[in-house]
Amino acid sequence: MKKAYLSMAFLLSLLTSVFAFSANCMAAEPYKIGAIFSVTGAASFLGEPEKNAALMLQDQINTAGGINGHQVEVIIEDSKSDETQAVLAAKKLIERDGVLAIIGPSTTGESMALVPIMNGAKTPLISCATGAGITQPVAERHWIFKVAQYDFSVAEALFTYMKKHGITKVGILTITTGYGDAGKKALMETAPKYGITIVADERYGPKDSDMTTQLTKVKAAGAQAVINWSVGPGQVVVTKNWYALKMGIPLYQSHGWGSKKNIELAGKAAEGVISPLGRIVVWDKLPDRQPQKSLLKKFTQDYEARFKNEPGTFGGHARDSFEMVIEALRKVGPDRSKIRDYIETKIRKWPGTGGIFNMSSHDHCGLDKDAFEMVMVKNGDWTLIK
Amino acid sequence: MLTIFLQFLFSGLTVGAVYALVGMGFNIIYNATSIINLAQGEFVVIGGLMMWFFTDSLHLPFFQSVLLTLLTAGLVGLLMERLTIKPLKSTDLLLMIMITISVSIVLRGILSFKFGKDPYGYPAFTEGEPFELGGAIIQQQTLWVIGITALCIVLLFLFYNKTIIGKAMRACAFDTTAAQLVGINVSQMVMISFVLSAIVGAVGGIAITPISLMEYDKGPMLAVKGFCAAIMGGLGRGRGAVIGGFIIGILESMTAGYIHSGLKDAVALIILLLVLYLRPAGILGSSAAARLRRF
Amino acid sequence: MNRGNALVLLAVLGIVVALPFISSSSYIITIGVFAGINALIAIGLCILMGYAGQVSLGQAGFYGIGAYVSSVLSQQYGLPVLAGTFAAMIVAALASVVLAVPSLRLKGHYLAVATLSFGEIINIILNEWGPGGPSGFGDIPRFEIAGYSFDSTESYFYLVWGFVAVVIIFSFNVINSRTGRALRAMHGSELASKAMGLDITALKIKVFILSAVYASLAGSLYAHYVTFISPGSFTLFYSILVLMMAVIGGITNLWGAVAGAVLITILPELLRSFEEFDVLVYGLILTLCLMFFRKGLVPLLIERVRMIRGALARN
Repeated sequence: MKKAYLSMAFLLSLLTSVFAFSANCMAAEPYKIGAIFSVTGAASFLGEPEKNAALMLQDQINTAGGINGHQVEVIIEDSKSDETQAVLAAKKLIERDGVLAIIGPSTTGESMALVPIMNGAKTPLISCATGAGITQPVAERHWIFKVAQYDFSVAEALFTYMKKHGITKVGILTITTGYGDAGKKALMETAPKYGITIVADERYGPKDSDMTTQLTKVKAAGAQAVINWSVGPGQVVVTKNWYALKMGIPLYQSHGWGSKKNIELAGKAAEGVISPLGRIVVWDKLPDRQPQKSLLKKFTQDYEARFKNEPGTFGGHARDSFEMVIEALRKVGPDRSKIRDYIETKIRKWPGTGGIFNMSSHDHCGLDKDAFEMVMVKNGDWTLIK
Repeated sequence: MLTIFLQFLFSGLTVGAVYALVGMGFNIIYNATSIINLAQGEFVVIGGLMMWFFTDSLHLPFFQSVLLTLLTAGLVGLLMERLTIKPLKSTDLLLMIMITISVSIVLRGILSFKFGKDPYGYPAFTEGEPFELGGAIIQQQTLWVIGITALCIVLLFLFYNKTIIGKAMRACAFDTTAAQLVGINVSQMVMISFVLSAIVGAVGGIAITPISLMEYDKGPMLAVKGFCAAIMGGLGRGRGAVIGGFIIGILESMTAGYIHSGLKDAVALIILLLVLYLRPAGILGSSAAARLRRF
Repeated sequence: MNRGNALVLLAVLGIVVALPFISSSSYIITIGVFAGINALIAIGLCILMGYAGQVSLGQAGFYGIGAYVSSVLSQQYGLPVLAGTFAAMIVAALASVVLAVPSLRLKGHYLAVATLSFGEIINIILNEWGPGGPSGFGDIPRFEIAGYSFDSTESYFYLVWGFVAVVIIFSFNVINSRTGRALRAMHGSELASKAMGLDITALKIKVFILSAVYASLAGSLYAHYVTFISPGSFTLFYSILVLMMAVIGGITNLWGAVAGAVLITILPELLRSFEEFDVLVYGLILTLCLMFFRKGLVPLLIERVRMIRGALARN
């Protein structure tokens, strides 16, 4: 008799705990975060690492138990590098999925197209794109933030270094996409502040195979250095052309250069190329006390272990935007307005992959030229330079 | 001054050679079927990416890799023809062209799946310093691309004029019904044209990748330029595509050099339009022959 | 237009009017907005290709002209949006004449490349000299007529499909008019129609203008909806997409253009769950559609309906 009672009691308690456990699971609804990335299309080299980073971080957080018992669900939409698709994706995420915030998109154009929608839906957008217009004028960007450095910060970093090394005449090569155009504008506007004249302004398309013509013109215009502002294979082609032409003047790249793949593909042509890079690319060269180092190390190593590829600057942007939302969620819970307020007011001296963020009501990006390290390629690897 | 001009010229020759090869590929299929295969660019991409796969990933020696790459490309061309072109037996050329477009989307999807979005490259065929000519430099690989293009022209000429299959394909181009009447298996000729065109495209991809790298989505741009090259030279004329390709390449380079690099593509297109308006059948094309063709 | 087409129009309008009531999802209505915008261009292509036997791979150029001209005029010069839209249509019409006149002698693939080049040149011009260049520009005012601003998605949906209805009625009238019959004669045989005294030149120019104007209207509607435009939306890729819509829907029937536009606009949305396979599946579906709906979806349906009716009548 006693045995029967005991087994009954045991069974009952087992059932009760199972019930309690499942009831708990059912009660805790997942926190939904939307993500729009250019996984396919012209900007797919941006969107792919961004998507991977988001997925990896989602899994990591959920394995660790989620946020206050709630699982995190990242719903990733592919904008196909197209503004119309980005608009549709945003609408779907906001209405169908009821997301608390959206991270991404990958490009400036898409981000701009989403501004009225996010403002109208009163849902925070944390863009991974660089354009200044995304977060300015701040009065009209109440719900919009970005985690990628400003283009003019890149230009400032470049020109600060150049001025130190006595360069006054520069030729620029930019790609004819939004990325290159924004760079061109940033370079043109910032150069005079450092006493530098832009003597040549050349362009090329995203799929062009040879840029020796443009480089030849830069040399002929008397430039003392050439800046190439692009992302994608064009960077490597320009580097190889520059090397083959034996131009005799240094080559600088934009922050899009930050990928080991570029060094690999350019081979010995990459030796001596200088660029301002986000610290994620050179985390192993940083002193241990650098506030970003440990998070960069963890993120990069986790990413490489899972995807056998480096996350690069762009994967980093996805990480930063994701982590900002997560931190806000942890502190203020699933309330869009509170999340927005949290990001605007509490992300101060916040180390991320892009730099140390200082968001405020007049700056929804929070980064400046100190987000970069000047890096030179030496012996097939990155080297910090002053 | 001369040095700069020569530099622009060499740059134009580099890109022009690729356009020429793509254009030649267009003509091969066009001649046998009157179809414009807008998946031609994807054959070039397959050439570059598969070559990387065999040399860099599987570490196979050069010639083996080339052979395997060409085999792969030929297989893709074969599958494309057997699965989408042959079943239709259609004379609606617009439909066939749209199908080649949708196939190119499928191919791009497969390539992005296998290779991702990254660019790939491998070393040039011969390592070494670029050659200097009149103060301007020309990379060794560029000479390889031009040389290979020339070789393709010669081989194709021999094929079309000295081999039975080649002559049979030309017969199909003149008149399909008459060709059938003399016992030519037109369906087989169509299949061979796709395989051959894929191989020529892949050759271009193999040759150009050391210079400009290769990504999964380089296809459409190459297809458009190659198509323009073929049209400028006169559709169906193999040598026309080569002339068209080099003209477009050099025009782009000269425009970028002497006018404005942002407009280089536009000027090349404007010249193309002018050529078409003055000679509606292309430079080498015969307007009488063009009028006789169904499309 | 005949009774059959009038009935279809009523049915389509019925669905349009009812949709916002059936589904309160702004997402679905937005898809409807884009479908309608695409339909406008597809209808123009349908007339150009299906009825007049021409071809155009450059419609994105006129789409872009419509978007940019009306945006710049309304944003920078304070012109009313409607006036800007009409001005854009005039610019597009002029541009199409510039394209059409020299292209008169061209046929088939050569004409395709000429229109392709034209579209690309317009894209390059927008990229180089459009406001904002490749980055585009925003803060474009929403569409407004006589002071009423179409701010909500539902109102914009009605606006766009209202235009589609007007364009359809107009197009059916054109097709069934003397001009329409002349176009079809020209499609059948240029030589014969010339022999019959038709002015082929004028006809070709007219039909190019028509398709360009439709595309321009679509572009203006697009710009004043998304309120941000950049040259990247007006590329050859889009020209081909619209062509795909017309062909899959059926270029011999105006409703085919509408059906094709709706289908291809909805398709990527349906494929979202495929994630990384979505492009592949998309391509496969297009290939299968082309292979099985050879003459186009709508003509195929009409044929099937006729077969059924015939079978019923026989019994």
